Amino acid sequence: MSISTSRTQSAASTTTQSQRIVAAVGAAVLGALLVYFAGFSHIDAVHNAAHDTRHSSAFPCH
Amino acid sequence: MIKRIAQTAGFTGLLAALLLTLLQSFWVAPLILQAETYEKPAATQVHEHADMAMPAHEHDAEAWEPEDGWQRVLSTTGGNLVVAVGFALMLAGLYTLRAPARTSQGLLWGLAGYAVFCLAPTMGLPPELPGTAAADLLQRQLWWVSTAASTAVGIALLVFGKHWALKVLGVAILIVPHIFGAPQPLVHSSLAPEALESQFKIAAQLTNLAFWLALGVISAWLFRRKADGQYSA
Repeated sequence: MSISTSRTQSAASTTTQSQRIVAAVGAAVLGALLVYFAGFSHIDAVHNAAHDTRHSSAFPCH
Repeated sequence: MIKRIAQTAGFTGLLAALLLTLLQSFWVAPLILQAETYEKPAATQVHEHADMAMPAHEHDAEAWEPEDGWQRVLSTTGGNLVVAVGFALMLAGLYTLRAPARTSQGLLWGLAGYAVFCLAPTMGLPPELPGTAAADLLQRQLWWVSTAASTAVGIALLVFGKHWALKVLGVAILIVPHIFGAPQPLVHSSLAPEALESQFKIAAQLTNLAFWLALGVISAWLFRRKADGQYSA
């Protein structure tokens, strides 16, 4: 019982150490891509659709 | 962990985007629509003078554009949702490295987000109504992104740096883009009257502040709620 607990704990701590950073960077990059797509993409249809979002968020628009 | 980030970001983005849409619909969007009434006749005049010489940058006829009314509100809501989920993903990602100890700490994260993505960039590139003269779009976008990035790094060093030298470095990194300066148009001009322009600037700033504070608090609250029983952090 105590062995299995300690094993789970050590597994959990290595998971958090290495994967936390990967997850954080991954989430931040994905988030930045979403913001880029809606706010900065040069595709005309996307620009027109998110036009008011861009102006309101003070993103460079035109 | 990934599920926790996704859930936090998804629900936070949804709620914050709804708040943003509400604030926009009643305050910001009417100002944009009013500004466009000055822009439209001027734009057609320009077209008459030089329809062949217009650069491809102009977006009209060919590309899809939402009709004014429910279509436009709906597509703006969609845009808000994508942007809000994107920002919330960044926050939730950061929380996995530094979990907020209290929900109220979300306010500080929200303030930091506002400083990074709104306050600092607007110091060089103020919120613009349609029809405002501005420098090249790509250059402004580059300056905007660099300023946001350096503000983020600067604030992080200032807040989390243990040594005073790191804090000084943080302040220096904060200031650099403003010394460099934002790309400005050769001549500042605006089709909309100045009163409308200044009203829009206030509306945009306050709307973004409210949006970011909501984003920070909701995300911290949700992130901590999901934490119960999973992590002690």
